[in-house]
Amino acid sequence: MKIVVCIKQVPDTSEVKLDSKTGRLMREGVPSIINPDDKSGIEAALRIKEETGGSVAVVSMGPPQADFALREALAMGCDEAYLITAKEFAGSDTFATAKILAGALGKIGFDLIITGRQAIDGDTAQVGPQIAENLNIPQVSYVEDIEVNGCALTVKRQFEDRYHILEVKTPCLLTALSELAPPRYMHVRGTVEAYEKEVQTLGFEDLAGTFDPSCIGLAGSPTSVYKSFGKKPKGAGEMHKNLSADEAVSLIISKMAERHII
Amino acid sequence: MDFKLSKQHLLQQKLYRDFAEAEIRPIAQEMDETETFSMDLLGKLHKYGLMGIPFSRAYGGSGGDYLGFSLCMEEVSKIDGATGLTMSVHSLACSCIDNFGTEEQKQRFLRPLVDGSKTGCFGLTEPNAGSDAAGQQSKAVLYHDKYTINGTKIFTTNSGFADTFVMFAMTDKSKGIRGISAFLVEKGAPGLAVGPNIRRMGVRASSNCEVSYENVEVPASNRLGKEGDGFKIAMKALDGGRIGIAAQAVGLAQGALNEAVKYAKERKQFGKRISSFQSSQFKIADLQTRIDAARLMTHRAAAARDNGENYSSHAAMAKLFASRMANDVCRECVQLMGGYGYCREYPVERALRDAKITEIYEGTSEVMQMVIAGAMKVF
Repeated sequence: MKIVVCIKQVPDTSEVKLDSKTGRLMREGVPSIINPDDKSGIEAALRIKEETGGSVAVVSMGPPQADFALREALAMGCDEAYLITAKEFAGSDTFATAKILAGALGKIGFDLIITGRQAIDGDTAQVGPQIAENLNIPQVSYVEDIEVNGCALTVKRQFEDRYHILEVKTPCLLTALSELAPPRYMHVRGTVEAYEKEVQTLGFEDLAGTFDPSCIGLAGSPTSVYKSFGKKPKGAGEMHKNLSADEAVSLIISKMAERHII
Repeated sequence: MDFKLSKQHLLQQKLYRDFAEAEIRPIAQEMDETETFSMDLLGKLHKYGLMGIPFSRAYGGSGGDYLGFSLCMEEVSKIDGATGLTMSVHSLACSCIDNFGTEEQKQRFLRPLVDGSKTGCFGLTEPNAGSDAAGQQSKAVLYHDKYTINGTKIFTTNSGFADTFVMFAMTDKSKGIRGISAFLVEKGAPGLAVGPNIRRMGVRASSNCEVSYENVEVPASNRLGKEGDGFKIAMKALDGGRIGIAAQAVGLAQGALNEAVKYAKERKQFGKRISSFQSSQFKIADLQTRIDAARLMTHRAAAARDNGENYSSHAAMAKLFASRMANDVCRECVQLMGGYGYCREYPVERALRDAKITEIYEGTSEVMQMVIAGAMKVF
């Protein structure tokens, strides 16, 4: 089985701060990491390869620096890596990104595509499902477990209050939760070999004809960021002691009315 | 001249940092308190290739280099000096075989040590022979293709759980250091006995025992190099080992300073964070400068070794400077943190205890001075 995992290099949001004036992410000096859900997807793919054979390719769309994330994936044990990068792709939203990635994935070839559920720098959870729609293949999102049965997969999908056990035929796309498979470390030998392998670059020309050029980049993106803002820290709560049950109920009701909750 | 680490080294550094944070930090204090090295951790160090960093892939090693090894020693020792020591001594044993082993010995002994299956130890020091290696009393006598080894080694790190013992014994006492030979002894050999852990001030999690050899027989094919090569084999391994110890000292110091800075930014006295006092800022700036100087010296020694240049003096200077620096820095970090720095609850107290040994093992500071002055032809 040829598995292709889509990964995104993201700032480690546990260390990132927002500029209070501009509302932009302050990325300077913040380490970049492989998005955690995507990394779990890499691990799941490597486990499938170890159990059933095949190969694992890893794909990332991003600036040239994303090479480092791809090398990390190679050092974990992936066989091939592709960097999708071009100035024409800059500013793409999820719709445009999915168009480009779908074009690239069509060229690379796949039996199974795994993406992360969502990236920690955007939390949209849109790219994976949109890739599947562009490629016209079945998809299962929020995947917590995968079992391979020949050319079909039995997949456990997390739902709000239950799980769904689904069977899906390949080719298909799955979006991975970070619970799917806690990722392994790189192997030291892998870090050496990661730089002996080639990361193949696919640019605008390489992908010509795989998507409508008017649907990509900043101009082709239907969404634009109107405003970003950080969450305000919650203030201290109010403590009321020594109230009777009736007094407590009327106090709670009045507070809720005050805040237009009821 | 380029002072940047290559991308490949940066990737390795990320691995070592991630590994140390996730696998070592949660258990470091407990390992120190219980004076026990975690076998689960040892297994993971092997599994991810951290025990075979600078050794050839042809023998199952990780195929890295000494710069990569020193990055690992630093990252691991930032969190725990004892784990750094365990790796360092294993590597010392491996490098003896790598440098002087025959093809057959490399396949039989080096491969399992660097492919993640076995752990090594290095026995040179004796109760009455420390810096004076020629004072060895261990003897190996050849009879019909077999050596019979008798003697006692002390402070053999990793010996409590090692599978392969690289040890040194006199084959001709009359020749002094040229009468020392090196041998490979396997765990379980009749007559090989490992004593209880020696109780120490620092690096308490590492295994460090007295090892006695009583009529231990090994085939002549277990001798490394020629008869009389032992001192050369040990010194060459220690030359390289010193790069690792220098890196360990850098790591201990940086780990302690990171903790002290974090604390200084939180701790308030006289209504202000103590990091806002210029006396703290100047001290922290000086400490970081000294750590960085030691790090540069360590990287220079490692790069010289990787480039096939003579690195003996570079390594000795790096170890001499870094180990002193680490003791000074860790002591100052405890001072910055005051009473809390002295408490076992904070890792700086452990770093200070761990740092002391870096001035002693794999060649004392005084031996480093001998090596440096010798290289300067000051006789």
